[in-house]
Amino acid sequence: MCGTCGCGVIGEVGIHSHTHDRDRHHHHHYERAPGDRHSKGNGHRSVQIAQSILDKNDRLAERNRGYFLAKELLVLNVLSSPGSGKTALLERTITDLNDRLKSGVIVGDLETDNDAQRLGRSDIPVVQITTGTVCHLEADMVMQAAKKINLEPLDLLIIENVGNLVCPASYDLGENLRVVLLSVTEGEDKPLKYPTMFKSADVVIINKIDIAEAVGFERNKALTNIKRVAPQATIFEVSARTGAGMEAWYAYLEKQIQIQKSAIEQPLL
Amino acid sequence: MHEVSIMEQTLEIALENVRSQGVNKIHWLKMRIGEMSGVVPEALEFAFDVVTEGTIAQGAKLDIETVPVVCYCPNCGREFHPPDLFYECPQCGHLSSQIIAGKEIELTSLEVS
Repeated sequence: MCGTCGCGVIGEVGIHSHTHDRDRHHHHHYERAPGDRHSKGNGHRSVQIAQSILDKNDRLAERNRGYFLAKELLVLNVLSSPGSGKTALLERTITDLNDRLKSGVIVGDLETDNDAQRLGRSDIPVVQITTGTVCHLEADMVMQAAKKINLEPLDLLIIENVGNLVCPASYDLGENLRVVLLSVTEGEDKPLKYPTMFKSADVVIINKIDIAEAVGFERNKALTNIKRVAPQATIFEVSARTGAGMEAWYAYLEKQIQIQKSAIEQPLL
Repeated sequence: MHEVSIMEQTLEIALENVRSQGVNKIHWLKMRIGEMSGVVPEALEFAFDVVTEGTIAQGAKLDIETVPVVCYCPNCGREFHPPDLFYECPQCGHLSSQIIAGKEIELTSLEVS
């Protein structure tokens, strides 16, 4: 059991498909040092290892990355606390961009396929990963799910991670962009509370701006905190519900897709 | 963050490395844990006791080296250790997002017999 969040990491992970028949970073790679043995006076010897514990996931994530690049896909890993509006944001994004882009979605939850059903209404391929008790997605789960989608016609593959700002931060899924969401109801100091997650973000989206005033959201304070903790992130302020601010997010997405498509044509240096 | 799972994986890596070497006991495990890795050393120590029970690592000493965060400032080309979570270069004030060290979750070495 995870001592921090109480989840049982060893769990049954279910993957099922909802296809409707119609269409970053920074990780450590360690070479395993040959067992370098030094004799110690007490009959003990030392064995050098120097291996990252998350090495296996990191390697699978790189494999995913290469696979998705070959399919000319832009892949997003969308993260947030539960209830920030990930699914609503994705529903809106996919629907609004339907005539410009072909999208596919992999969604992770502990239980239910509610999110997949919601997203499936947009008539795009959706695969639900039900992790059971695992509180984050990992690279191998994503690859298993991706194999259930016909990726050929797609431009964009979106991975909606389990709602959790802690554990998913450490698990590279092979994505191109890490999108971290926070909503105006969560407080301006959110980035200060979850620096590991925000420092790994390529994009930070502030959601539910339509109710910002009603909850007394201090916009300048939030923006300052995001910029100080995550200076590398591109920031968008939106309401997935009303559509406010979404056009800037779409323009960014389309640009990133173009960049990704031309990346495959460059020789790998 | 998953210290039990991390310790289980650590033990697995340790056992894999000493398999077929005639090792009877692991006396000492050295790990390097970065300040920004998301892993809490105290929780790792607790997990260690639980996970190693009944294995050849039972009763071993767990030695955790905390690796401080080191950032690179692309503006003035220097490395620095930030005092807080705003990675501001002490020289030029540029906010860095280039982390060179401090995210490690590594099994470094073992002492065995």
